[in-house]
Amino acid sequence: VSLLIGCTSLLRPPSGSAGITRCGKACYSSCNPKVCIVGSGPAGFYTAQHIIKARQDVEVDIYERLPVPFGLVRFGVAPDHPEVKNVINTFTQTAKHSRCSFYGNVNVGKDVSIDELQQAYHAVVLSYGAEGNRSIGVPGEGLAGVYSAKDFVGWYNGLPNCRELSPDLSCETAVILGQGNVALDVARILLSPIDSLKKTDITQPALEALAQSQVRRVLIVGRRGPMQIACTIKELREMVNLPGTRPEMVATDFEGVAEALKDVPRPRKRLTELMLKTALEKPGEKEQERRNKASRIWGFRFFRSPIEVLADPNHNKIAGIRLAVNKLEGSGEGAQAVLTGEEEDVPCGLVVSSIGYKSLSIDPSVPFDSRKAIVPNIMGRVQQAAGLYCSGWLKTGPTGVIATTMNNSFDTARSLMEDMDSGTLDLSAAKPGSQSISALLEKRGVKPVTFSDWEKIDNVEMMRGEASGKPREKLLKVEEMLQVART
Amino acid sequence: MATSAAVRSSMGLTLRLSRVIPDCSTCSLYRLRSCVNSAANLQRTGSADSFRTINRHLQTSIGLYHSEEGSSNAEDPEDVVNVVYIDRSGQRIPVKAKVGDNVLYLAHKHGIELEGACEASLACSTCHVYVNAAHFDKLPEPEEREDDMLDMAAMLQENSRLGCQIILTPELDGIELTLPKVTRNFYVDGHVPKPH
Repeated sequence: VSLLIGCTSLLRPPSGSAGITRCGKACYSSCNPKVCIVGSGPAGFYTAQHIIKARQDVEVDIYERLPVPFGLVRFGVAPDHPEVKNVINTFTQTAKHSRCSFYGNVNVGKDVSIDELQQAYHAVVLSYGAEGNRSIGVPGEGLAGVYSAKDFVGWYNGLPNCRELSPDLSCETAVILGQGNVALDVARILLSPIDSLKKTDITQPALEALAQSQVRRVLIVGRRGPMQIACTIKELREMVNLPGTRPEMVATDFEGVAEALKDVPRPRKRLTELMLKTALEKPGEKEQERRNKASRIWGFRFFRSPIEVLADPNHNKIAGIRLAVNKLEGSGEGAQAVLTGEEEDVPCGLVVSSIGYKSLSIDPSVPFDSRKAIVPNIMGRVQQAAGLYCSGWLKTGPTGVIATTMNNSFDTARSLMEDMDSGTLDLSAAKPGSQSISALLEKRGVKPVTFSDWEKIDNVEMMRGEASGKPREKLLKVEEMLQVART
Repeated sequence: MATSAAVRSSMGLTLRLSRVIPDCSTCSLYRLRSCVNSAANLQRTGSADSFRTINRHLQTSIGLYHSEEGSSNAEDPEDVVNVVYIDRSGQRIPVKAKVGDNVLYLAHKHGIELEGACEASLACSTCHVYVNAAHFDKLPEPEEREDDMLDMAAMLQENSRLGCQIILTPELDGIELTLPKVTRNFYVDGHVPKPH
């Protein structure tokens, strides 16, 4: 009640003074600062969390294109990493805060423009991540049997627009380009015993396809050497310990590596030591026995860049991949791969390109750096665009885990708070926030999905999962999600 | 692995949302009248110190896993562990904790901004803290999985640990836990992190 004192909107009737919205949240004075966040993955939610905690008067609305929230936590984190998904509990708490509202099934850029959002809110934070792929850029890339890791992961994690990927797993050898954690996730899912996958939230179609898979050998290929590998030790350890598999490495790839370890920071040192041990050390009796019994093989191949995907002339699908042999110039993180002129053909039936995600421009009115594929910004403030901010991968590029995105988002939230406190962001005029946007959407025939609607979807998925001993059986089509949301 | 993780995480959530009071009726020790601290036994033996003894028992056993609430108000001085959190702005926040408290959940209880994204399952590094030199060596060695996750933490130092793995013991009295200044806004020396 005392929020109205000193507020300029006293001079005209306040639109949207205290009342209860459809989802039961209190509608405070229209003078409250209103922030809109585009994207409901970790970046969106961590930014929201920090803003809500920092100021007691800010109202935050999160818009999401899909009917379901959580972005890559739901669609990117591997099914056999359920603990990483615990962060959903934190995000759920934020979504249920009285000053936070979730609006799913709203396509920003199509159903509503950034400009319209900026008119309705004091600040707009872009946290929509990176939904595009970096292309390999070689002939044959479009052949059947070549997939981006983003799509492959989306397929086994139930991302609606990857539902029909139907990857052909009838070949013996798969080649993964790239050696980051996503590459290792793909390798691990391809080679995991079906019994371990059966109890996860991997989609049923993917589980069935993997149960029939003939893939027995996965090569994880990188341009540079062991010291430049981008994956982290947890994921490497999981491969080393993967039941039913054995490692197959090229010993010469590791020449000089042990000697170079002396001056290297701890994370790189521990990771490289584990790789060296796996690649070079003679295993103990028990481990040797385990390896002898293993029917599936995995290995790194270093100093190799793709130059062409080779077609099987009779079947219009992939027969192999031609790789250029590199050597390293320089050392450490800055080492460069340089062509030697040598080439190597690797027969395979599946290529998964795991060389990075890429952000896309959402709206021509928003500045976008197409070279770096990010929104140009300083500390999360979008350059040359007042009231516009960005967080997450859209801000820094598509690398980093949830913890990285968390820090990144807190940074943006802090910039936003500074701007509110200093007056850089003009809070004197009241903004209508979701009231006007909801009216716009209704006019356009778009019906948002609320957080409690999502909870209906959540419950249906968990119930369906129970029948097969899985934590959930994900709904795979947007139409199905909307159907459940509307019950 | 998925099942045990699910149990761990749901247990964490349940204990966090409810008051931490054990249900002795489900414990086999109680049923066999073997639990020296259970109310029934103490009534039988007529122990005058029954209340204090029960509290001590509650603290150490439940607290080892998810003591978040600091379950009782009766303060046994031998149970108190003084902890100082130093937040990202350098502010010192002294906290009176108890033996068995978990450093991450203790921070939450006192409104200290230490995130625990994976809820103490060694699947993230968001509860990364620096431990003061005097107490660092008193901590048990980290298990391999903690070291693996620490490797992911920004601004890793020799005295880095994951808060969710630190359980307070009497010898940790006086421990100081500093939250790392991991964000660009806090780089006081003007350091600009390398772009990804």
